[in-house]
Amino acid sequence: MEYVANKENIAKRIARFFKNGDVVNLGIGLPTLVGNYVPEGVELILQSENGFMGLGPAPEPGKEDPMLVNAGGMPVSILPGGCYFDSAMSFAIIRGGHIAATVLGVLEVDQEGNLANYKIPGKMVPGMGGAMDLTVGAKTVFAATQHFDAKGSSKLLRRCKLPLTAAAQVDYVVTDVGLFQVKDGAFVLKEYFKPYTVDYILEKTDADIVVDKDCKEVDLA
Amino acid sequence: MVQKPIVTADEAVKLIKEGDAVMVGGFLGCGSPTGLIAALEKRGTGKMTLICNDCAMYNPKTGEMNGVAPLVAKKRFSTAVISHIGTNPEIQRQMNEGETDVQLVPQGTLAERIRAAGAGLGGVLTPTGLGTEVQDGKKVVEVDGAKFLLEKALSGDVALIRAKKADKSGNCVYDKSGRNFNPLMAMACGTVIVEADEIVEIGELDPEVVVTPSVFVTHLVQGRK
Repeated sequence: MEYVANKENIAKRIARFFKNGDVVNLGIGLPTLVGNYVPEGVELILQSENGFMGLGPAPEPGKEDPMLVNAGGMPVSILPGGCYFDSAMSFAIIRGGHIAATVLGVLEVDQEGNLANYKIPGKMVPGMGGAMDLTVGAKTVFAATQHFDAKGSSKLLRRCKLPLTAAAQVDYVVTDVGLFQVKDGAFVLKEYFKPYTVDYILEKTDADIVVDKDCKEVDLA
Repeated sequence: MVQKPIVTADEAVKLIKEGDAVMVGGFLGCGSPTGLIAALEKRGTGKMTLICNDCAMYNPKTGEMNGVAPLVAKKRFSTAVISHIGTNPEIQRQMNEGETDVQLVPQGTLAERIRAAGAGLGGVLTPTGLGTEVQDGKKVVEVDGAKFLLEKALSGDVALIRAKKADKSGNCVYDKSGRNFNPLMAMACGTVIVEADEIVEIGELDPEVVVTPSVFVTHLVQGRK
């Protein structure tokens, strides 16, 4: 079986977790895609850590406002009912447990729920930005990642080697091959995504995986 | 109400001395005081400490930059206390080659350390950074069984702030996501220079909507039109 990276499937599966009215912070990059797949009838309230909630879509070309950008500096809009605040309030909301969930990108994630996503020493040091606070503060932390990196190595590990963004905070890891819950020092496989199989995942993942008794195949196409 | 001096950007940055810790508002350039930054770039100091959310954006291919990036390019600072440098390859280069001391701080911790300084607190207890490199050298404090890092208050000498409107006494309101670190930094420095897009008469701002009370502000600068 050949692995084909599929960011859309990761975003689609995470989007199905959310309930109407959940306040969510989506990281930059792959996590932002989650907003595109929120099921009908579910309205998410998106928090943007640079200082507002009620994050709306990018404006039409020509209607951008340089004073209204997301945490990646890109022009966005604010929805009715949204509000602005300073960075201390923004992180009081994040750290204080007022956010239902955050979705963050991954360099490495391990079976203890440790996440590394801000630094490759000597190579890439972008800084943690808001990721450390988000990982510690959000009620549910989703790590969103392709199952394998460009070299084909498993991004799910027994133990992270890179500097950690946060220790033991990840609740779910959603890849393009399956859904894993981090529990008691292992990845619990809850769902495997068509066309992958349980055997494929067990063989190719460099970590301890427990297959949940209710584990099932899910078709995200 | 007493008015605060309205000065030019060039006059304002003369209040900054070599070696000062300078806080600059803005998030990836949004809400940065661009007139003050341009004046400071001309000023020519080189040993200051920059305290800012990020080093703003710099594209080496096109040369385009915003926020504090021009100050980074001219090496106006020898130390930077920052939460995110991923959008400015020049500061990453300076850090890797040991030219600039870059201290990375989680964004929420940076905000709260600055707020604490302005609020007369010695620091804050936060769970952010526990079990990571951020914990190195810091005291872990247990409160009712939960562990926290002791993060010390962070003050500066001069704050460069961008407001949408300021009245002549120094009360400020901000512009959308341009608020970010501005109101916090305005609390944490002895000299607080506000570059306002519009300066209005005392009494023209609704007291209910003022974000930064005038007590924090020492100087006003008319922003670029």
